[in-house]
Amino acid sequence: MEQAQFSQLNKFATIEDVQQAMFSQHYIADRSLATAVFLSLKRRKPLLLEGEPGVGKTEIAKVLSALLNTRLIRLQCYEGIDVNTAVYEWNYTRQMLHIRMLEASEVNRQDEMKEIFGPDFLMQRPLLQAIDPNNTTPPVLLIDELDRSDEEFEAYLLELLSDFQITIPEIGTIQAKEPPFVIITSNRTREIHDALRRRCLYYWIDYPTLEKEYQIILTRMPEAPERLSQQVTKFVHELRSLELYKAPGISETLDWMSSLLALDQQELTEGAVRDSLGALLKYQDDLLKIGGLDIGKIIQKLRGAS
Amino acid sequence: MNAQPPEDQEQLTLSAREVEHGERLLYRLTEFGRLLWESGINVGPHQLLDVAETLNAIDITNQEDFYHTLKCSLITRHEQEPIFEQMFYYFWSMRSKVDKKGENANDKGMKREERQMRLPPSERKRLAEHLKTSESRKELRGEMRPTERKQTAEEDIGDSENDQGDPQGTAYSAIEQLRKKDFENFTWEEVQEAKRLMAEMHWNLGQRSTRRKAPARSGSYPDMRRMVRHNLKYGAEMIELTWREIKQKPRPLVIICDISGSMSLYSRLLLHFIHTISNGLLNVETFVFGTRLTRITRQLKRRDVDDAVRDVSKSVQDWSGGTRIGDALHYFNYHWARRVLGRGAVVLIISDGWDRGDADTLRVEMDRLQHSCHRLIWLNPLLGSPDYRPLTIGMKTSLPFIDDFVPSHNLDSLISLGHLLSNIDDSRPNRSTSARRKAVSAWSNRTKRP
Repeated sequence: MEQAQFSQLNKFATIEDVQQAMFSQHYIADRSLATAVFLSLKRRKPLLLEGEPGVGKTEIAKVLSALLNTRLIRLQCYEGIDVNTAVYEWNYTRQMLHIRMLEASEVNRQDEMKEIFGPDFLMQRPLLQAIDPNNTTPPVLLIDELDRSDEEFEAYLLELLSDFQITIPEIGTIQAKEPPFVIITSNRTREIHDALRRRCLYYWIDYPTLEKEYQIILTRMPEAPERLSQQVTKFVHELRSLELYKAPGISETLDWMSSLLALDQQELTEGAVRDSLGALLKYQDDLLKIGGLDIGKIIQKLRGAS
Repeated sequence: MNAQPPEDQEQLTLSAREVEHGERLLYRLTEFGRLLWESGINVGPHQLLDVAETLNAIDITNQEDFYHTLKCSLITRHEQEPIFEQMFYYFWSMRSKVDKKGENANDKGMKREERQMRLPPSERKRLAEHLKTSESRKELRGEMRPTERKQTAEEDIGDSENDQGDPQGTAYSAIEQLRKKDFENFTWEEVQEAKRLMAEMHWNLGQRSTRRKAPARSGSYPDMRRMVRHNLKYGAEMIELTWREIKQKPRPLVIICDISGSMSLYSRLLLHFIHTISNGLLNVETFVFGTRLTRITRQLKRRDVDDAVRDVSKSVQDWSGGTRIGDALHYFNYHWARRVLGRGAVVLIISDGWDRGDADTLRVEMDRLQHSCHRLIWLNPLLGSPDYRPLTIGMKTSLPFIDDFVPSHNLDSLISLGHLLSNIDDSRPNRSTSARRKAVSAWSNRTKRP
């Protein structure tokens, strides 16, 4: 593989640089995560991120594109995604109009007909955009929720991710001048195949520790009162220790925090918690289970601790 | 590849000692890869080469970074993390101390030789069979009851006398009888024969429509790309129409098998059955439970059925213990359902319904399970006997949530299960609303309790 020529990369000579830069984008990364990102930048290998929903997998791609000051190309996967929607499609309407026009004007048709399947009539979809040789800087390619796509699509990605090239029968092979930075996320609703995993660096994003989550709230919501942030963090951690069908992720915590702020709360109170619990828990079972607990007592406990 | 002159020069200036160090690291890395491979993390030479190159990018004297780098390069799943961690500390901290003492250099050489001598269990078994040693027989004897063993011995004598006569005819009728016989009454020979027959069974599972489309002779969606292409020769007058049609794919299958004490007569044979199913179909997830749920999909991936079953028994800790179906299903629903029940999965529960757990829990979890899969099939080995009534609390509670309640006591019943599976279509089975209502009330009862 060619050495990276992309000048923005020179900013990141060490793991600390990456960690610092991510912090400047309000993303608090462990050293282990920073290592993974650093290696993925250095080796230009795709980074496969797994973890519970709402722990900030997709966010990494956004942060990365901001850091590198380059375009973010996002491919949201879904069941049935295929080449036409992910890679390229021919612009049939234009093709047919063009043919009609050729018929009207009596120019050299033989040559013109060949152009029907030329670059002018090609509609680029995210994957092709990502490896377009005309890109001045390699973009960040986010392949989001890969587990939602079918096995066939995953197999197609294998070729793309190892050589960063796409073959269009009518035009030829298109290869990226410089490979894009690829972030793949998965929620594990289906197991990603080993062949794809082997081509990636793997990182499991866990729920954050208490201190880390508190820090995240502070950086993301500097306007929030300190006491409230502390109590919210502790409360969410308390919830995660209970057995819930869907434990709240960081994005739920932030969501809840902003709900509480909208309710003008300075401190956690039982009433406010009950009113806004829907921002934190998204399943009826979980709501009933937590609703059945003595929330006042939990809050008392949190206050005692702080 | 671009040659990189500056780096080449740098390498030339390395002292002999440094080169030796580098080689030693590579050697150690290979050894570590081998250790990971042996402990079940599949690491290939390609990945090791890749890691070696990756290590250039970091400062390897920082142990933390070294650890994270190896970790994110070598593991491919979350489940492997604890194993990796242990192996890492074992190999890079503990072993290196031992190595420094230089005590067991000889020892290590020995071990490697031994390792090469070691054959995989399946090969050893074949070898043993070949040499007519009784090792493999001894292992399987455990599946018979003592009285049957005596019987077998007697039958052995009888068989030799009956050997004359049409061999094909007798074989066929013997198979016919075998197919109808309850697993419970099988002799050792019959168990072997049944296993052989099971291995020959072919499985296919009902198809579901995917959301992908493939070119087809006729279909409901126009294939624009081919159409423009084909009709260029007519000056793009759309004369030949081309089509795409929705693709069909087999549904995923999830098997949850009871291996508690009351099922012990059946469970080993059923494991063989599960092994053939999971090797015959593309997308099968398997779990066993007694008091706790264990996923055995990976163990069953092994080609040789005896190896697979041995692996399963090693990893399962509650063979022939008590049963808490409700708790097992609870665990399944919370930790696995979202990962394996996508794409219209069919769930197969194999259990006799003897349950020592809480009926309310079971009701709630059965309800949830039924509503998150396409079809819920319950196989009950007891159902084969004509006077069986589902009177146990576990069975009575579960029954309203089961789409198909079928026996699994002999080979014939398994064959008809095959027919049932291949006939599953897109239509939704009728599901009882009164059962749902009961489940909801059980659920609120449970949540009200402290």
